[in-house]
Amino acid sequence: MAFTAPKETYSGKVYPVTIGTGDKAVTCGGENVLPFHSFEGITPSRPVIAIEIQDVPPADWPDTVRKPYDAVSGDPVSWAKFCQDELKAKALALRLVGTHPDRENRSPADAVKTVKDVLAAVQVPLIILGSNHAEKDTSVLVAVAEAAKDKNCIIGKAQEANYKTIAAASMANNHKLIAMSELDINLSKQLNILITQMGFDKEKIITDPMCSALGYGIEYTYSVMERIRLAALTQNDVTMQQPLLGDVGMYVWKIKEASAPEADLPQWGALEERGIAWEAETAAALMIAGAGLLIMRHPRAIKEVENLIDELV
Amino acid sequence: MALSGVEIFKLLPKTNCKKCGSPTCLAFAMKLAQRQASIDACPDVSEEAKKILGEASAPPIRPITFGAGEKAVKMGEETVLFRHDKKFVNPSAFAVEIKDTLSEDEIAKICQQVIDSEIDRVGQKLRIDAIMLSNVSGDAGKLEAAAKVVAAKAAVVPVIISTTNPQAAEAAVKLFADKRPILYGANTSNADAMAAIAKAHKAVLGVAANGLDELSGLTEKIKGLGVADMVLDSGARKAKEIIEHNTLIRRAAIKKGDKTVGYPVINFMQREDSLLEGLLASVGVAKYASIIVMSGIEKWKNLALFTLRQNIYTDPQVPMQVEQKIYHIGEPKPESPLFITTNFSLTYFIVSGEIENSKVASRLAVMDCEGLSVLTAWAAGKFTASKIAQFIQESGVEKDVANKELILPGYVAILSGALEEKLPGWKITVGPREANTIPAFLKTR
Ligand code: SF4
Repeated sequence: MAFTAPKETYSGKVYPVTIGTGDKAVTCGGENVLPFHSFEGITPSRPVIAIEIQDVPPADWPDTVRKPYDAVSGDPVSWAKFCQDELKAKALALRLVGTHPDRENRSPADAVKTVKDVLAAVQVPLIILGSNHAEKDTSVLVAVAEAAKDKNCIIGKAQEANYKTIAAASMANNHKLIAMSELDINLSKQLNILITQMGFDKEKIITDPMCSALGYGIEYTYSVMERIRLAALTQNDVTMQQPLLGDVGMYVWKIKEASAPEADLPQWGALEERGIAWEAETAAALMIAGAGLLIMRHPRAIKEVENLIDELV
Repeated sequence: MALSGVEIFKLLPKTNCKKCGSPTCLAFAMKLAQRQASIDACPDVSEEAKKILGEASAPPIRPITFGAGEKAVKMGEETVLFRHDKKFVNPSAFAVEIKDTLSEDEIAKICQQVIDSEIDRVGQKLRIDAIMLSNVSGDAGKLEAAAKVVAAKAAVVPVIISTTNPQAAEAAVKLFADKRPILYGANTSNADAMAAIAKAHKAVLGVAANGLDELSGLTEKIKGLGVADMVLDSGARKAKEIIEHNTLIRRAAIKKGDKTVGYPVINFMQREDSLLEGLLASVGVAKYASIIVMSGIEKWKNLALFTLRQNIYTDPQVPMQVEQKIYHIGEPKPESPLFITTNFSLTYFIVSGEIENSKVASRLAVMDCEGLSVLTAWAAGKFTASKIAQFIQESGVEKDVANKELILPGYVAILSGALEEKLPGWKITVGPREANTIPAFLKTR
């Protein structure tokens, strides 16, 4: 007796979201099946990996991930060019962490300059992220959204506390928007509804259900992503059909496994490989759960995840 | 597939003799359908009916154990496709391939690596679970010699013998009598001979097919030859195909009750690049592999994979808990701040992460509240002033801190008065409600 393949057809789909301009623009999303299930539907785009750069030198990154950028990370423009030209980045994520009041407390005007300089220097699409300080982000992100007008960037992250101003600025300047909530499918849904109620196009949102690193709650992010994807596909829920973001690097490179020396923990094995594997595995698991856009840091981790994607599509 | 009460009723004697303890055969059938009774309670039921009922109530993916003793590996028994629906039951086993072309020393070295791979993480012992010895030489004598080394050096480790040559198989499998090895490599041309060896030596049979059609045909044939325990290889090797085949197999078994594929799946993930191999393995962990065969087992890779497997296979209905104790974040000095929170792992991860972000070395007292978050634990009476006071006193943290000050989550500010009464000499400070304002809170102190 031949095997009857139980294929599924879904009523919903994921919106395709394109970022950037010209021939360097990239698209994520667009599939009408679960991740990498091309055997039963269409999966028009690969997950997009954006390489993270910052407006200030990454002094707080562990050695493993700081070293590859040591020669360039003193200046966001040379950092951006290095990622585009040497690492062949398909997109960049500029995190304006230096604007945080507890860090360098750079002003919105400083941030605008950085964004303009980076945009002038590279052609690949740009994701512009605040410092995750809800209040400061409103002033910073409003200013940079305007400075990047019509460059079709992604602005992030809009959260419940500050989405109104950030979404308005993103809309007025023709950008996409990251909507972030904390590890709860209902909170994600609610924030997407609030943002679309302002007149923001639901097909221009990227949903960030909040990342967690391998070993530090990844199962929550994994299952929230999987449930959001199933709601989008099986229930055709239009508030859950946005591509999902995995902001991987930031969560991985602060945990113990990415920085504890082998001398202290011989059972954990080589530090450099361990950190790289940690970032790559976190990214791989979240892609399987549904992430279509990833923000990552280590060149080798990014390369291996790209190799995995080559095998998956 | 489970039968309904009426379907079961049709199989019963319909005499309403009450010997089963139920007033009627129908009532008994209803109990059976709900799994509240066992068919053995009816003395008059036919053997044939018993067989049908037994098959219908068998789990959709056959439970199979390979290896023996403490390190035996349990597989199968899965009931869902997505972990948020219900806990995944038996975690994927990791196996390392040993080629029979290696020298005795090299084989012994890998055996030792496998034995040394065990680590403890969050209270669980995790390890490389098995060795797959493969007959890449094509020579029966070489396989047997290598198998002798493995049997001697890794006696407790479950073994998979990989060969398509029945003669080589027989000689190697014999060495693992009573250890329930897996004999992998039954295909369309050797199925009869391989099935006979698996039966004679009580081995689990690994079925090697070329596609899903061939796979389901082969398992049916082999079952007919009297082998009940099999593991499945559909022939998928690329990640894309592995997801496709593993998904279709799991769906067919669980949703369609297709018994021909209701067995654990073995995936071959060997890659030259160890990091890429690790990523492949993580796809297997997430997507239904029962056994993942790799070529390298470096410690860093093991740690990452063990962790992922543990994370994916946790019970989503039971909140993950962290151990009750005083955690050090950075290297706290006596005058460093002391926070308290509950032992819901997510609460712990978020709070400790934000304290780390603040770069202020601190102590974090994590109290056992059965894995509930702060507000829920408080509402359930598990995070109360007297319980917190008792925990702080018994923890002995008092002798490590210069100022007896405890920072309470903002959500339970209401407890601060009572807590000051129960903890004489302590200052209770109300901290932030949300973890993400901890860095700002610490900065303004
Ligand atoms: S013992 Fe069997 S035959 Fe008798 S009532 Fe129960 S089910 Fe029916």
